[in-house]
Amino acid sequence: MELWFSEFHAPDVKHSIRVNRHLYSQKSDYQQIDIFDTPEFGRVLALDGNVMLTERDEFIYDEMITHVPMSVHPNIQNVLVIGAGDGGVVKELARYEKIQRIDLVEMDPQVIEACRAYLPENASRLDDRRVHIYFENALRFIRRCTNEYDLIIVDSNDPFGPSEGLFTREFYGICYNALKEDGIMVNQQGSPFYAHDAEAMQRSHKRIVNTFPISRVYQAHIPTYAAGYWLFGFASKKYHPIDDLDAKTWLSLNLRTRYYTPKLHIGAFYLPAFLVEMLEEVE
Amino acid sequence: MDEKMTIDQHRAPIYEALEKFRHMRVVPFDVPGHKHGRGNPELTEFLGAQCVGIDVNSMKPLDNLCHPVSVIKEAEILAADAFGAAHAFLMVGGTTSSVQSMVLSVCKRGDKIILPRNVHRSVINALVLCGAIPVYVNPDVDQRLGISLGMKREQVAKAIEENRDAVAVLVNNPTYYGVCSDIRSIVKMAHDAGMYCLADEAHGTHFYFGAGMPITAMEAGADMAAVSMHKSGGSLTQSSILLTGPNMNAGHVRQIINLTQTTSASYLLMSSLDISRRNLALRGREVFAKVINMADYAREEINEIGGYYAFGRELVNGDSVFDFDPTKLSIHTRDIGLAGIEVYDILRDEYDIQIEFGDIGNILAYLSIGDRSQELERLVSALAEIRRRYQTDSNGLMSQEYIDPEVVTSPQEAFYAEKHSIPIKDSVGCVCSEFVMCYPPGIPILAPGERITPQILDYIEYAKLKGCSMTGPEDPNILNLNVLV
Repeated sequence: MELWFSEFHAPDVKHSIRVNRHLYSQKSDYQQIDIFDTPEFGRVLALDGNVMLTERDEFIYDEMITHVPMSVHPNIQNVLVIGAGDGGVVKELARYEKIQRIDLVEMDPQVIEACRAYLPENASRLDDRRVHIYFENALRFIRRCTNEYDLIIVDSNDPFGPSEGLFTREFYGICYNALKEDGIMVNQQGSPFYAHDAEAMQRSHKRIVNTFPISRVYQAHIPTYAAGYWLFGFASKKYHPIDDLDAKTWLSLNLRTRYYTPKLHIGAFYLPAFLVEMLEEVE
Repeated sequence: MDEKMTIDQHRAPIYEALEKFRHMRVVPFDVPGHKHGRGNPELTEFLGAQCVGIDVNSMKPLDNLCHPVSVIKEAEILAADAFGAAHAFLMVGGTTSSVQSMVLSVCKRGDKIILPRNVHRSVINALVLCGAIPVYVNPDVDQRLGISLGMKREQVAKAIEENRDAVAVLVNNPTYYGVCSDIRSIVKMAHDAGMYCLADEAHGTHFYFGAGMPITAMEAGADMAAVSMHKSGGSLTQSSILLTGPNMNAGHVRQIINLTQTTSASYLLMSSLDISRRNLALRGREVFAKVINMADYAREEINEIGGYYAFGRELVNGDSVFDFDPTKLSIHTRDIGLAGIEVYDILRDEYDIQIEFGDIGNILAYLSIGDRSQELERLVSALAEIRRRYQTDSNGLMSQEYIDPEVVTSPQEAFYAEKHSIPIKDSVGCVCSEFVMCYPPGIPILAPGERITPQILDYIEYAKLKGCSMTGPEDPNILNLNVLV
């Protein structure tokens, strides 16, 4: 018997992963949550049928969304993480001793429960004493904050479901307001390859550009995401992602990483011509 | 059909008949010419085969809206039962057609009808058609918010006293903003004076199904009510229901409806009414409890932002605000230094949020059966952002005031009279022969037959400046007005 999990990456493109066992399947108040055990990618978390992470390639996403801002801003103490119920981003953040507080806002408690049970390695640092978890709508949480955070990481699902609100002008605006005067916001920005992803990516880039004085896009290769090609947004009030990179200090921390390096950090901001054109179109 | 049909709100006769019709695979040699969509592949691709497949003509198994005898009749009986009315008419020309049929059913040329001035244009249009003469009751005004409220009981009593020959009193239940007059008392006053009481319930469908809602026109004893099922009820745009009480002759009302109604009523619209009525009857209570919770939550959150005032039941004063629709999310914006219409435009242009309308001092976000909390969070956050980015001094913003109209001739006389077009700035003192209004909300600033005053022109100028979309006059730019010669 062959059991396959398939996900549409575009209306006419499917990505399939062979499944050993379907470990978890529940419908929460917000979404369908599934966890599979697979031979190639290890355990796979899918929300509403979209792969959120796999054990095999999650390090790329978590490292790139975390270490890029951490190596630019010299003094990040208070961090807000949106989404990220799987705990992967928190696991990377928790490696920095200088961080004093990590607030995690996840709307769906069931995602965290499922990950604690079936992805324990990923969720391992959710119990760190610096971590505070709020089960709440992110917009509701953030609009009450002013001048509180050095870094906001937006680790959302794609913009076509319950996470749609995290790709809006109002969301970026309240994040701006919640950041300190030298704060940075990093968000997963989708993929520029397939048409409907590309359009959403352009829309959110435009909104960020209209909100933050510095807004740059960087890229990574993530095999299980659409086209295997993913973007992140770096939005900042003061620091430039390349000019203000402090590689020396970061290297002195001796954090072992498997994808991120300060050299790759710089390279990740050098984008292919078609993408530069798409971004410039909305800037 | 069997007159003693059992009333079962689980049924939806029109929908059931269409399902049956679909399965019969009937060969169409009748209109519409697209023949289940085959003749118009682009349209079928766009709307879907399921949808165009039931866009069919009246026929025996599907009944006929002009003279219902089977499934439409059954659907109307079920609707009447669900709304607590003696009779219900399915309508396919929007609530405009319901309102007009209501007015035309009781008024004829020269008859007087007592009504608040903040009526929808469809009411005055009906007066243009039938030649009835409006007797306006000035609605009470909330000075802070700059909105027209309901009619005071004593004002209605006075109008009835001074116009014993009037044939009907019309009540908004509620107004666009959700304000209800004391309709029960007004019905009694009207009936005691031998007049009909009509209700424009374009914004009141949910009153019939939710718990803790203001009283409905039918419950209050009104003779007719025009109910916009497509607003809070969830049916397709342009579908509506006209309700009548026990004192009305349903056959006469049907004749009036048939004067202006299409003979090719859309089954998309009728089935949407049927299915929506079933949904409301079975699940309305629970659905509208959720809507009220969302509206209450949004009011709290918006008022916490500061600067905005999302108003609610605290406006209730026992008379001109006898009750308030708890699902309405109306927000006063003047104190952050922006006109409502400006907030309305910013929400759409910068935040991709479309709200129902903005006027000089307020905006209205329409909440309904289809809303979810995540979108509400967006709306509240966007309002917080607009305040952060745009807040300014509110000096220099006009406060909306009710302008007491001077009615010189009947709307019909003015509409058909000899007239000429003159520059709007030179029109002071003339009698206007056309409508001028912001749309939405579609409440006329000037109606045919009313005197043009400097105050009215200032208001029009200001509303145009702030970006209200103005409609009504022949000149789309509203630089000229038609006035009586």
